[in-house]
Amino acid sequence: MKETPLSNCERRFLLHAIEEKKRLDGRQTYDYRNIKITFGTDYGCCIVELGKTRVLGQVSCELVSPKLNRATEGILFFNLELSQMAAPAFEPGRQSDLLVKLNRLLERCLRNSKCIDTESLCVVAGEKVWQIRVDLHLLNHDGNIIDAASIAAIVALCHFRRPDVSVQGDEVTLYTPEERDPVPLSIHHMPICVSFAFFQQGTYLLVDPNEREERVMDGLLVIAMNKHREICTIQSSGGIMLLKDQVLRCSKIAGVKVLEITELIQKALENDQKVRKEGGKFGFAESIASQRITAFKMEKAPIDTSDVEEKAEEIIAEAEPPSEVVSKPVLWTPGTAQIGEGIENSWGDLEDSEKEEDDEGGSDEAIILDSIKMDTGEVSNVGSQDAPIVLSDSEEEEMIILEPDKNPKKIR
Amino acid sequence: QIRGSRARALPDRALVNCQYSSATFSTGERKRRPHGDRKSCEMGLQLRQTFEAAILTQLHPRSQIDIYVQVLQADGGTYAACVNAATLAVLDAGIPMRDFVCACSAGFVDSTALADLSHVEEAAGGPQLALALLPASGQIALLEMDARLHEDHLEQVLEAAARAARDVHTLLDRVVRQHVREASILLGD
Repeated sequence: MKETPLSNCERRFLLHAIEEKKRLDGRQTYDYRNIKITFGTDYGCCIVELGKTRVLGQVSCELVSPKLNRATEGILFFNLELSQMAAPAFEPGRQSDLLVKLNRLLERCLRNSKCIDTESLCVVAGEKVWQIRVDLHLLNHDGNIIDAASIAAIVALCHFRRPDVSVQGDEVTLYTPEERDPVPLSIHHMPICVSFAFFQQGTYLLVDPNEREERVMDGLLVIAMNKHREICTIQSSGGIMLLKDQVLRCSKIAGVKVLEITELIQKALENDQKVRKEGGKFGFAESIASQRITAFKMEKAPIDTSDVEEKAEEIIAEAEPPSEVVSKPVLWTPGTAQIGEGIENSWGDLEDSEKEEDDEGGSDEAIILDSIKMDTGEVSNVGSQDAPIVLSDSEEEEMIILEPDKNPKKIR
Repeated sequence: QIRGSRARALPDRALVNCQYSSATFSTGERKRRPHGDRKSCEMGLQLRQTFEAAILTQLHPRSQIDIYVQVLQADGGTYAACVNAATLAVLDAGIPMRDFVCACSAGFVDSTALADLSHVEEAAGGPQLALALLPASGQIALLEMDARLHEDHLEQVLEAAARAARDVHTLLDRVVRQHVREASILLGD
C-alpha cells in the first residue's frame, strides 16, 4: 500500500521541536538509540536492533571459480532486502529507488574499503576461491536503515567462520566443521555508517533519525568510519546544500560515535564467544527472555520534568474556572433519556430543541461529561432543522436526519 | 508535460528525471549491460539529487525535466563529467538554475591531494572523492567518497576538489558566454 502521507501539523510539530533541540523520544541531538546485538546458533547469523529498527544478517560461503580478471581474489557479495514486514509501504515492486541507494551505499562502504582481505579467500589461484555472500534483511523500519544494516553486516562477518581448507599440490580438501574447527575471516577493520539528518536547509542536524524525523528531513549525510578514524565512505543525499565545515564537523562527531559502537560490537562478540566455549546455550531463542515479567518491557524514555510543576500552575492560574453545568436528565419514553442538549449548533439557523423538565432519573445515570452532552446536542439539533442544509464533504452527509424529538440518544 | 504516470506530477515543482547510461565500448573491457544495472541506477539517482537541488523547480510546476547522460568514453571521473555536461545542457535548454553546478573528482596518494583522477589513478584503489559544487556560494550539492581516508586528510582533499571545481566553473562560464555571443551574432543583425 502507499505510504501514508505525513500530516502538516505533524510535520510542523516535528520541525518546531527540532528547532528547540527536542526530539520525540527524549534523545539529545547527537545521541544514538539503544543498540542490541544478538547472535543465532549458526556462525554468521545475527540480529541488530537499533531502537526498533531491526536487521537480520546472515553470511554464507561457497567455493566457486574466481572472476577472470581477478584470479587471486575471493568474491564478496552483499544484498540488502527490504522485507515486506518492515513497513506497510514496502511492496515487492515498489521499492527500487531506496533499495538501489542502500545497496550501493553498503557495497561501497564494505567492499571498496577493503575491510575483508579478499586475497585470503583464495584457495587455488585461478580455479577455486571462496565466495562470501552477506544477506541482510530489514525486519522492521523505524528509521536509519543504513546504520543498522552496516552494523549487522560487519557483526555477521566478524562472527562468521568458514570451513577450513587445505591444499596439497593439486588436491583440495574441504574439512567439515566436525573434522576441523572453522576458521574466521580475516577482517582488517570495521567500517560503521553514521547518519546525519539535516533540517531547515542545513541549520539543524540530528544523528540517527528515526522514521518520523526521516520523513521531515531535508537531506541525509552518511559517513562511514572505522575506529582508526579513517573515513571509508561519505555520501550526501536528498539534495541539501552543505558547507565544507559542516561536513568536517560531522566527520568529527562520527568518529566519536563509531568508537562507541565498535566497543559495543566487540563486547557482544566476546560474550557470544564465551558462551559458546563454555558450552552454554546460545542462539536467538536464548536472547528472548521468557518466563519473566519484564521480558518485553519498553525502555523508559528520560523526560525532563523539572519545570512541569511551574508550568502547570501557570496554566491553571491563567485559565478560567470551569463553568458550572447542571445536567438534568430528560426521560422521553421508558428506557430513553436525554441529558443536556449541547451547545448551539453553529451550522445554520435552527430552532432550539425544547428541554423538558423531568421528575426523577429512573435509571441510574452516570456523571456525564461535556463531550457526550455536545454529541447529543448535535444529533438532536440537526434533527430539528427545517430546511435541508447542504453540508460539506464530511461524514455528516451520511448521517440520517431524524425527526425532532423522536429518537434522542440514550445516555448512560 | 509529464510522460508516464501523471500521478507523479508534483503540484508546485517540476519533477527531475535523470538517466545514466554508459556505452558498452566506453570502458577498457566491454560492458554487457548499459542500462538497468545498479551502478547506472545509482548514478541516475545521484544526478537527480544534484539537479533537483540546483534547478529552480518552483518555476515549472506540474512538469517534468528529463536529463539523459550517455558516457562514450570513461577514463575516470565519470560522475564529474556527467554533472558538468548536464549543467551545460540544462543551461542550453534555457531552464533556470541557481548557479552552475561544477563537479570534480579528487583523490589522495602519498599524502598529496590530487584533483581529477584518471582511470588508472582510480583503479589504483586509493581514496577518491566526487564533489559537486555551486561555485558562487560554495555550497556542496553532492559529496561522495570511497575507500579509506584518514579524517585529518579530509579537509585537504575537499579543498583540492573545491578548487578544481571552481576552475571548471571559470571554463564553463567562458564557454557559455562565447556560445551565447556566437548565437546572438547569428540571430541578430
